[in-house]
Amino acid sequence: MEPGHDSDPPPRTRHPIARFVVWRVAVGIALLAGISVLVFIGTAALPGDAAAQILGRNAGSGALAILNRELGLNKPGPVRYWDWLTGLLHGSFGHSLVSGDPVSSLIGFRVVNTLILAGAAGLVLIPLAMVLGVIAGRRPGSAVDNVVASTSLAMIAAPEFIIGTLLIFFFAVKLGLLPAVSILAFGTNPLGDPAVLVLPLATLVIVGSAYIIRMVRAGVVEAMRSDYVQMARLNGIPERRVVVRYGLRNALAPTVQVIALTLQWLIGGLFVVETVFAYPGIGYELVESVIARDIPVVQAVAMLIAAFYIAINILADVAVVLLVPKLRTAA
Amino acid sequence: MTAQATVAHGARGHLSFARTWSGGIGLVLTVSVLFIAIFGPFLAPHPPAALLGAPFQAPDSAFPLGTDILGRDVLSRVLCGGRTVVGYATIATAIAYVIGGSLGLIAGYTRSLVDPVVMRVMDVMLAFPPFLFLLVLTTGLGTGPYVLIIGVASIHVPGIVRIVRAATLEVKGRGFVEAAVARGERRSAVLRREIVPNITGTLVADAAPRLTISILLVASLNYLGLGLHPPAADWALMLSENRPGLTIQPWSVAVPGLLIVALTIGTNLLADAVARSRGTSIDRELIAR
Repeated sequence: MEPGHDSDPPPRTRHPIARFVVWRVAVGIALLAGISVLVFIGTAALPGDAAAQILGRNAGSGALAILNRELGLNKPGPVRYWDWLTGLLHGSFGHSLVSGDPVSSLIGFRVVNTLILAGAAGLVLIPLAMVLGVIAGRRPGSAVDNVVASTSLAMIAAPEFIIGTLLIFFFAVKLGLLPAVSILAFGTNPLGDPAVLVLPLATLVIVGSAYIIRMVRAGVVEAMRSDYVQMARLNGIPERRVVVRYGLRNALAPTVQVIALTLQWLIGGLFVVETVFAYPGIGYELVESVIARDIPVVQAVAMLIAAFYIAINILADVAVVLLVPKLRTAA
Repeated sequence: MTAQATVAHGARGHLSFARTWSGGIGLVLTVSVLFIAIFGPFLAPHPPAALLGAPFQAPDSAFPLGTDILGRDVLSRVLCGGRTVVGYATIATAIAYVIGGSLGLIAGYTRSLVDPVVMRVMDVMLAFPPFLFLLVLTTGLGTGPYVLIIGVASIHVPGIVRIVRAATLEVKGRGFVEAAVARGERRSAVLRREIVPNITGTLVADAAPRLTISILLVASLNYLGLGLHPPAADWALMLSENRPGLTIQPWSVAVPGLLIVALTIGTNLLADAVARSRGTSIDRELIAR
């Protein structure tokens, strides 16, 4: 959410960057451990009898007892947590309560599908949004800026499921150009049928680029207002050079954070967008598993996504420190 | 990138935010949708859950917006379906401020052992992707209005704790607070009379974008089927349940969708106008999914 929010100053040493990286990774692991507790409490330790939920209201007490033993629900909470955590660390994610398949075989190809969708969205979204953000931010208050700024302000608040439904209505129902749902055979990925990628991708790009445009625009407006840009202009340096050399260069560090935020935003947007299009990725899988209360799948996917989210934060923080010499010495 | 606490600039002209172009549009959109959400149920021609005709009937004189997937009147369901979105989002945001505000005040003012403990827990919650948090919570607690409210409120709590704590720390060092402490006022009195009035301005500007986020989250969860249960009349739920009729009866999807978009865009334009009238920006706060 906010890169760098948890980095207390690490101790000064001869290798400040190495120290910083170690410190950030340690904090990341601590956060992930905290999240694992929350995930475990949220899925398996809250009131609401999982076995009764799974078997339905008419389940016999024998069946309930067997399922409880199978789920390990007859052991005390901390023991169950420890078993679960050590299992995860050994790469054993358990079995789906719904299909009985190992969780890893259920989510493996879906992780690939999600990475394809999110990666493609990022490749379209980041350059597009950065260009629009720079064009708008270069001259705050100009006609172009007003159009870009107000459109992005409106789009930022548009729910993904409505944009997705709108795209389905026009491009699938009315024009018949693209499939309304992204259905793929089990275990396959969308590269064999790229048409199914288009509408989910467009939805992510439309809503996601609004966020990035606003961030980049704000960064560029700030940089263009700075003393060094004024100074460069007063020295008679051509405007194009002022923008590229002075404005953009100093917006480099914020840009890295923008990319990190984009990736994090994509993670959040994926749950809804994948579900709207029934796209077989981990976002849709997670929503379906939550509805079916398939606890092992929910736990595994949740930890996977949380780890990814935290890793992005760490990478962004480290990249920023490497890019900005000022921070390097301060670290 | 930490949220900056800008402590009360003092109210600079009431409603000055509505004078800008986008602020005015935001105000009109928000008020219109709120009007439908609040007074709609009194104007509905039919009970929202009554089965009245064939499924997906086109609009006619009996059903001005046609019928839905079960043959219920779309107009009546639209008029009754706004209370949930607006109501739950508002309640969740308010609860978040009560909990987050108290924790932030205590952490910022006392600086006792409570402070580091609360703040580390908040760090963990902030590192949790918000929508993922809601999904995990729903797995454990099941679906329904209470889970919806608790979940959405919890997402805001860490951010609010940070802002309130930072604002409290800043106000605490000022002369009038030190004077009140020196006079021997009780801690609760200092908090109530000196600190709280001086951080409310910051909180108002912070609350507007949070309300938009709450509306988005509540609507998205209802759409996914993880919030309210059918046959509840709810705009987002209408969107998902009537989607099979998109080809033959698009009104059953378009009208509730349009109202949700008008509401979220309206509140967001308002939030932006409020923030700009205070010389701040909502851009930093909007990454919430």
